[in-house]
Amino acid sequence: MVTRPMPDPKILIEHLTLHYSDGTESLNDINLAIPANAITVLFGPAGGGKSSLLRCINRLNDLADVKTLSGRILLDGENILDPKTDIIALRRKVGMVFARPVVLPLTIRGNLTYGLELAGERRRSRLDEAVERSLKQAALWDEVKDRLDDPASALSGGQQQRLCLARVLALQPEVILLDEPTSGLDPISTGKVEAALQELKKNYTIVLVPHSVQQAARTADYAAFFLQGKLIEYAPGQEIFTNPKDKRTEDYVMGRFG
Amino acid sequence: MRKRIPLLRNRHLVQRLGFSLLTLMAALTVLPIIGVVLFIIKEGLPAISWEFLTAMPREGMRAGGILPAIVGTLYLTLGTAIFSVPLGVAAAIYLAEYAPENRLTRLIRIAIINLAGIPSVVYGLFGLGLFVLFLRFGTSILSASLTLSIMTLPVIISAAEEALRAVPQAFRTVSISLGATRWQTIRRIVLPQAMPGIITGIILGLERAAGETAPILFTGAAFFLPRLPHTPFDATMALPYHLFVISTQVPEMPFQIQYGTALVLIVFVLSMNLIATIIRSRARARRQW
Repeated sequence: MVTRPMPDPKILIEHLTLHYSDGTESLNDINLAIPANAITVLFGPAGGGKSSLLRCINRLNDLADVKTLSGRILLDGENILDPKTDIIALRRKVGMVFARPVVLPLTIRGNLTYGLELAGERRRSRLDEAVERSLKQAALWDEVKDRLDDPASALSGGQQQRLCLARVLALQPEVILLDEPTSGLDPISTGKVEAALQELKKNYTIVLVPHSVQQAARTADYAAFFLQGKLIEYAPGQEIFTNPKDKRTEDYVMGRFG
Repeated sequence: MRKRIPLLRNRHLVQRLGFSLLTLMAALTVLPIIGVVLFIIKEGLPAISWEFLTAMPREGMRAGGILPAIVGTLYLTLGTAIFSVPLGVAAAIYLAEYAPENRLTRLIRIAIINLAGIPSVVYGLFGLGLFVLFLRFGTSILSASLTLSIMTLPVIISAAEEALRAVPQAFRTVSISLGATRWQTIRRIVLPQAMPGIITGIILGLERAAGETAPILFTGAAFFLPRLPHTPFDATMALPYHLFVISTQVPEMPFQIQYGTALVLIVFVLSMNLIATIIRSRARARRQW
């Protein structure tokens, strides 16, 4: 496996091993350094452990039936798998966008202010500010600014997914995890989401599980290839898609399996 | 060689016959309900008057109104709600949202299912033993309400748990990923979404409590009281028990008053049912998932 030394990664994953009780996905001794201000793509065939890894980074796996979990995930040098970690604070710092756009059964505005209100923000001006900023960042402001108090479920699928992204951004996180965020979207909506991500990476650490190799190649600054719970190859995007070192990575990128 | 065509025709015939039979069966289940309601309306309506609804009974309940029975049933339903709703909803939240799958929760579930199967007269005896005698609440609205509450609990718990479980899991995952605690997720997302289902369950449970006779027989119902109850420790008249009394215990009882009382009871219960139906259909129209 190719690993590069990386000075000061935002997230450093060390010897991470994970097994679910039902034996579905698993991760075996993953070592990965994720830099700030870049899009790091985790790709590979289904069941490779990409989503499981994402769900470790904001401790969403706490909700799942995990049998074994060992290793460390350092976020700014702090091990977030430590039982003493403030999970609520962690989840505000590490946001997640899911494959299926799930808007909460609230208004558009309600979806965006939900996390902030839970964090104790009551000032209307701050909330309004966050609504506008996050919608602009997710390239949705112009489409919804006149109907912020409509139910969020009235939006189209593509709009809902951008709302989900905006909802994460409203909390001003440091890391954004995206699990196949465009799998259900048409090419135009997908383009909008990808463009938003390129803009966002200037200020955020982005970890993306893409829904296709093509999307991986389009968006990746760094790319990690996962196969059956193992990290096969990790390299800058241009390298891994044009000149993969590992035969299995090459076969997958070339479309010989998957 | 066999003839095939009659066989084919035969198959269609069987299908149509079966279909008609099923339709007939479905229609038959509705008939008794309509029949009962229409009969009671026909017989009872002439008895209904302002006096009947608002006056005390006179002449050994053979004349006058049934106000104390109406008020009593209202009190008992309200009392039952006070005890069974918080307990039932809390239990449902625990079972649907927090309980791990282990021996204890399995035991709780089995207990709830069995609670629903116990004959109502047994609840009455239990209430007599525990509330009336042991806790010394006497034959009172309090004892009767508590007894009805125990009977109503399984209905409310099951309906509320089902309504909570019907809320998509994804809402919970998303809410928690945004930094909500479990309780914040339940209070702000899950409960509001499950509320119509929970309210429907509550009303259906209370409706059953309002119409029951056996559980209040030994615990709170009075044969005849010349005045309305003043405190929860007073006994009370109640519609179902009053109906039983005037139908079997009082000689030379005018039929009209019996059917009038039955009509009031059935309208009371069916209107609760109607409210539940309206809440359910409105919520379904507004639901976003």
